[in-house]
Amino acid sequence: MAKSKENKVISTLWSAGCGSHGGCGCEIFVQDGKVTRVEGDKNHPFNQGRLCAKGLAIPQYMYHPDRVIHPLKRVGERGEGKWQRITWNEAYDTIEKRFKDIRTKYGAESVIFCQGTGRDIGGPITFLMYAYGSPNWVQVGLAGHACYTPRLGAMFATQGHYSVLDASQMLEKRYDSPEWKPPKYIIIWAQNPAAGCHDGFFGHWIIDCMKRGSKLITIDPRSTWFTTRSEVHLQNRPGTDGAIALGMLNVIINEGIYDKQFVEKWCYGFDELKERVQEYTPEKVEKITWVPKELLIKAARLYAKNKPSAIQWGEPVDAMPAGSVVAQAINQLWAITGNIDNPGGNVIARNSHGVTTYPFSSAELTKLYGAELVKKLNEKRIGANDYPMIKNFRGWVQPDVLINQMETGKPYPVKGAWIQTSNIIGGQAADPRRHYNAMKKLDFIVCVDLFQNPTSMALADIFLPACTICEKESFRSWWQPLGVSVKAVDGVGEAKSDWEINLEMAKRLATNPIKYNTVRELIDDRLKDGNTNFEKLKAKGCWEYPPEGHNTRPYYRYEKGLLRADGKPGFETPTGKIELYSKKYEEWGLDPLPYYEEPKESPVASPDLAKKYPLILTTGRRSPVFFHSEHRMIPWLRELDPFPVVEINDKTAEKLGIGNGDWVYIENTRGRVKFKAKVTPTAHPEVVTAPHGWWLPETDGRSPNFFNTWDHNINNLTSMGNQAKSGFGGTNYRSSLCRVVKMEGGKE
Amino acid sequence: MPRNGLLIQHDWCTGCHACEVACKQEHNFSEGMVGIKVDEVVSTGPDKVYVDFMPYTTRFCDLCTDRTKLGEQPACVKHCQASCITYGTVSELAKLMEKQPLSSIFAPK
Repeated sequence: MAKSKENKVISTLWSAGCGSHGGCGCEIFVQDGKVTRVEGDKNHPFNQGRLCAKGLAIPQYMYHPDRVIHPLKRVGERGEGKWQRITWNEAYDTIEKRFKDIRTKYGAESVIFCQGTGRDIGGPITFLMYAYGSPNWVQVGLAGHACYTPRLGAMFATQGHYSVLDASQMLEKRYDSPEWKPPKYIIIWAQNPAAGCHDGFFGHWIIDCMKRGSKLITIDPRSTWFTTRSEVHLQNRPGTDGAIALGMLNVIINEGIYDKQFVEKWCYGFDELKERVQEYTPEKVEKITWVPKELLIKAARLYAKNKPSAIQWGEPVDAMPAGSVVAQAINQLWAITGNIDNPGGNVIARNSHGVTTYPFSSAELTKLYGAELVKKLNEKRIGANDYPMIKNFRGWVQPDVLINQMETGKPYPVKGAWIQTSNIIGGQAADPRRHYNAMKKLDFIVCVDLFQNPTSMALADIFLPACTICEKESFRSWWQPLGVSVKAVDGVGEAKSDWEINLEMAKRLATNPIKYNTVRELIDDRLKDGNTNFEKLKAKGCWEYPPEGHNTRPYYRYEKGLLRADGKPGFETPTGKIELYSKKYEEWGLDPLPYYEEPKESPVASPDLAKKYPLILTTGRRSPVFFHSEHRMIPWLRELDPFPVVEINDKTAEKLGIGNGDWVYIENTRGRVKFKAKVTPTAHPEVVTAPHGWWLPETDGRSPNFFNTWDHNINNLTSMGNQAKSGFGGTNYRSSLCRVVKMEGGKE
Repeated sequence: MPRNGLLIQHDWCTGCHACEVACKQEHNFSEGMVGIKVDEVVSTGPDKVYVDFMPYTTRFCDLCTDRTKLGEQPACVKHCQASCITYGTVSELAKLMEKQPLSSIFAPK
């Protein structure tokens, strides 16, 4: 049997291929230099043998006939789709020359370095950017930087470190670890965990906890598998999550069911918070959110009175009108109930062994690149001078400021872009047409990717073919465990790994010599923080947890002096406590206490507009078989989710004359897109939901069609410039107004 | 020889479709062919709307004979992210089923 000749390579999945954030252990089966199958690794504590649809489809992704496997240069006009195969050397030489020219003429800051969602790509892209000398690391078009960074920023300000739901993922024996307990209640806040590995959290860990007794409280405008199994479902109006958090704080504080000892000893500013939440009575919150006050009170009591309990929150929190303020209020819920760094609560999550793949915090940024460079670059980082929180937390550009700067050239022009595995126009960008118009005027654009997509077709001058995770060496430090990815086969065609490409470019573009000859040297240097190296980790099965007593290992580190740089007990904040009254927010010119802000466009804020556009649109509904705008060309996956589908309530659809499966227009003041209607009672009568990132790889990729992105990308109905006061959050991805109209001849 | 089958605790199925792609990868099935499928089942009760998923085997399920004779689990069983599929003889599965509500046994061969 042919299978007996297969060679099995153990590795860690992250990024291109499966696409997603998870760190699943996998078995890659190789025969005659080709990957034949990818399966889960039973010995890996992350996924324990399981694997998602996207991971299982990797072989079809790797050997897809449309995959770009040679460097290309554009020979026609941008968007004409005329490409010529070139050598790596020609590609590197061209990029080197053009980027050096821009640096000489306009300064290094005139080149932006663009990534999509945060995966291992954050490592190579920041490495190249700092070597070149640009401060402008950006997720272009990600309005309000609404993907995890607002939540991270709120946690950094409030408690100094980040927390995640404790599903035993910080311990190698997982559910059998004697020190772990399942959460008694899990609040699933605005997420569908079954659809993937959001923020590096394997979604089905929630199911594992449920099997071990965890009960659910779910906050979601839709009815879902999780709400079906929840003791309480808070079916809220999209965009009002901040009011729910404040209402729960009100109930928990006024009923005195918070953890008094914990608050007394470890929290700062309780009285101020107590005073602030008085205005958010359950009655008022019901009016704002649609959530009956009885249910809000019930949820608050169940959560506060059953310790340990934990909160699992999703990306919509980042997109709320007040942005990081909503995250702050939710953080305060686990703080005042003492559900922090306790088994089964919201455990503090630090990058394993103190190793950094890419900077998750300002401290990591400084560790890798030095305080002086970070300070110098902050002076020119786009948006940093407008928003103190953007300046003082991590190293990102503020995307709403960027689009203005690309259009106006002020205070300095943007001339070049390095776009690495990011589909700006067909994926993350709000108002993609505005981004297309602004970016097509740039002098020089490189796209590093695996497939042509709306962005590369519209913008690239040079296309560099990147590898999937099975074709490259990489390392993963995102919470636990520390892991490495092993190269199972050579790059398909001439594809190279992101690390390899960026190291080569960094050597050519750096103003100071690069100390690494090879990617392996770089990886081993980064792994030194964990007293290990690539080969050692590979020999151990590609993963390792930190030793007992390490400050990246739970629990109760605030009692043990394992969180603060000075080694004292407490939290890494100015007061050493969890700051319910945030000194950081105050320093950054923000309200130190949480508050509710209404979405700019809603039946409440814009009733006249609501007469014309009576439905609330929430975008970004996740599919379990796609990751953002990826995978639409993979037959095994596309077959399971073939069309862009809008979910609309059955009674609402009936009034509009829309039947299940009809093609409809979703319209608002910003445009219209075509979706197929799924008529279902799971949708709220006043809310429609649509997935993001839809384009049709089987259609014409050339201008003006760009794979039908203008027809099917829901972000054509969103806009830039709605950012919150902090610069983080405040977008209309999750709450705006629309109407749904049946297309003529809408039935297929 | 005892008949083998799959015990599926469908109450735990989240509709993630991993079983379907695992099956397609294992057998290299083309479009339209798969040994296991998952359907969404939506029901409206008196007080709420329920969402469930129902996995079931098809005529193409061979219980992954190539894998099981090497001592491996069928591809869908191994990869089910909710771990809600059990492989065994129908009589063993029937015993398990007595203690497991909301489940079904499929004996595709």
